Amino acid sequence: MNINPYTGIGLAIILAFVLMALLADIIAPYSPTEASGNVLEPPSIHHIMGTDNLGRDVFSRIVFGSRTILMVVFLAVAISGALGTILGLLTGYVGGAIDRVISFIMDSIYAFPSLILAIALSVALGPNPLNAAIAIALTYVPTYFRMIRGQVLSIKSEGFVEMAKALGLPTTRIIFRHIFPHLIPTLAVVFSMNSADAVLTEAALSFLGLTVQPPTPDWGFDLYKGRGFILAGAWWMLAFPGGMITLLAIGFALLSEGISQSHAVKSFE
Amino acid sequence: MGLARYVIVRALLIIPTILLLYTLVFIVLRVLPGNPVLAALGTKNIPEEQLQAIMRELGLDKPLYQQYIEYLVNFLRGDMGYSMVVRGRPIASDITDRFPATLELSIWAIIVSFVLGVGIGYVAGRSRSSIVKHLARLYGSITYVLFIPALGLFLQLVFGLWLKVLPTGDRLSPGIYIKPITGMYTFDALIQGDLVAFIDAVKHIILPALTLGLVLSGPFTRLTLDNMEKVMESKIVIAYRSRGIREEAITRHVFRHTLIPVVTYLGLQFALLLGGAVLTETTFNWPGLGTYLVDKIMYRDYTAIQAVIIIFAFLVGLISLITDVLYALIDPRVRYQ
Repeated sequence: MNINPYTGIGLAIILAFVLMALLADIIAPYSPTEASGNVLEPPSIHHIMGTDNLGRDVFSRIVFGSRTILMVVFLAVAISGALGTILGLLTGYVGGAIDRVISFIMDSIYAFPSLILAIALSVALGPNPLNAAIAIALTYVPTYFRMIRGQVLSIKSEGFVEMAKALGLPTTRIIFRHIFPHLIPTLAVVFSMNSADAVLTEAALSFLGLTVQPPTPDWGFDLYKGRGFILAGAWWMLAFPGGMITLLAIGFALLSEGISQSHAVKSFE
Repeated sequence: MGLARYVIVRALLIIPTILLLYTLVFIVLRVLPGNPVLAALGTKNIPEEQLQAIMRELGLDKPLYQQYIEYLVNFLRGDMGYSMVVRGRPIASDITDRFPATLELSIWAIIVSFVLGVGIGYVAGRSRSSIVKHLARLYGSITYVLFIPALGLFLQLVFGLWLKVLPTGDRLSPGIYIKPITGMYTFDALIQGDLVAFIDAVKHIILPALTLGLVLSGPFTRLTLDNMEKVMESKIVIAYRSRGIREEAITRHVFRHTLIPVVTYLGLQFALLLGGAVLTETTFNWPGLGTYLVDKIMYRDYTAIQAVIIIFAFLVGLISLITDVLYALIDPRVRYQ
């Protein structure tokens, strides 16, 4: 079996970060929240990514910080994917006034800058990781809704759906057993692209202080703190958290690129 | 349908969208947090009479439906209420102070993203090497997921700290003054013919505009490249070739065809632009609406947060209207749908 190189590289990056999060206790050489060296030490053998303004090991904070961002992102994508898919399936299949009203609401939210909506929601809900996940999830429901609904509209007039209807199968069975499986490939592309967006949104909320409270390690928040030491030349406080956020987002972007490429090829053959 | 009627119909269709967004923002910021004054003060130990007095002053003691209507009516009149934290400061004047900075950054970022994105897409589209096309597509998907603060801080480190050629924050150097006309310093300095101030303003906007523009440029590259490939395979090109038109002239024609979808995409980029502007401004201490919003979040100043977010909702509505009209101008068929 041939794996698309983009899919392979993307998956490898994501898996590396997942492993890092799972094995954080083993990988991290020091505590992420307690000082283990002098203040603002540049990278060395003892601290491969240097130390921060409180003498904490930057590498250990990166390792433990992967837990925060991955948890928030996976939770957010799962919630918004489930909500958006179910809403899209139902309203797309049923149609009528409900479909028009929900589509209108979804389109309006979709037009609004997602980051600003996520900011408003997490301000209102209060700054903690769970609320950040909910805020990000609600922001991205329209992304799934629009895609699923569009596909349902085109599939529902196909012969096999007409036949299932003629056989008198219950509506929920038609939707979930006969229509839904056809949406899985597209859903996979949207899932991975949306995960990249969710990584960036989580990091942005953290950067604005809306996800965790100190001393919890978190890439976006650590980047924000590092910003205060840019004049002191502490580039390692910026480069590592910022680089990790970007790398994780690129991993998801490559995955979605790969899936959509191999799918385009398949449908072409 | 004539163009004038089309514009009016579109404008009326925008109203429910804005109302819906306003309602959502109202629910999220007024209803969800409970008592916003307590949230802003960060304490519950406040005498009941004093709390009531603040609530009355800010108009928060009235029933919610009344607040909902009054806020909208006042907002449309340009009255956005008063800050909860800096008491007695009208939010509308803060916003008029800050808005030109955001607009200026957005204009330059759009220019950068358009030139960079379309330029790379055009070069790759002309190239016959599939590697160049692959690289251009990769550029498109990777720049799209760059984290703005990470990119911005990286540029600050390189150009501000190590090479020491560009400033890392603010809009002007100390000692430079530009009399505000539009409030957008690069344009104001040009209008007044003040070259020193113009160069200073440009130096300050290069890094923020590059950061935001780079991130927004990816979709333009992919769109230009994809469309050029599509048009290159169309019958028009066969017709050109059969008439012996030079290949260079053909690419020029093809490029013109590809520009139409690219221009309409500009409007869609706007939501991304606004979100990106908030992060870019925070990264570069750019005193626009984005830094204002972030400052107000730190102080839980709900009335100010609400005002900024509703301004964004209005901007989104306005831009989608402008895009629709531009589209109808370019492609008259749209008007009759």
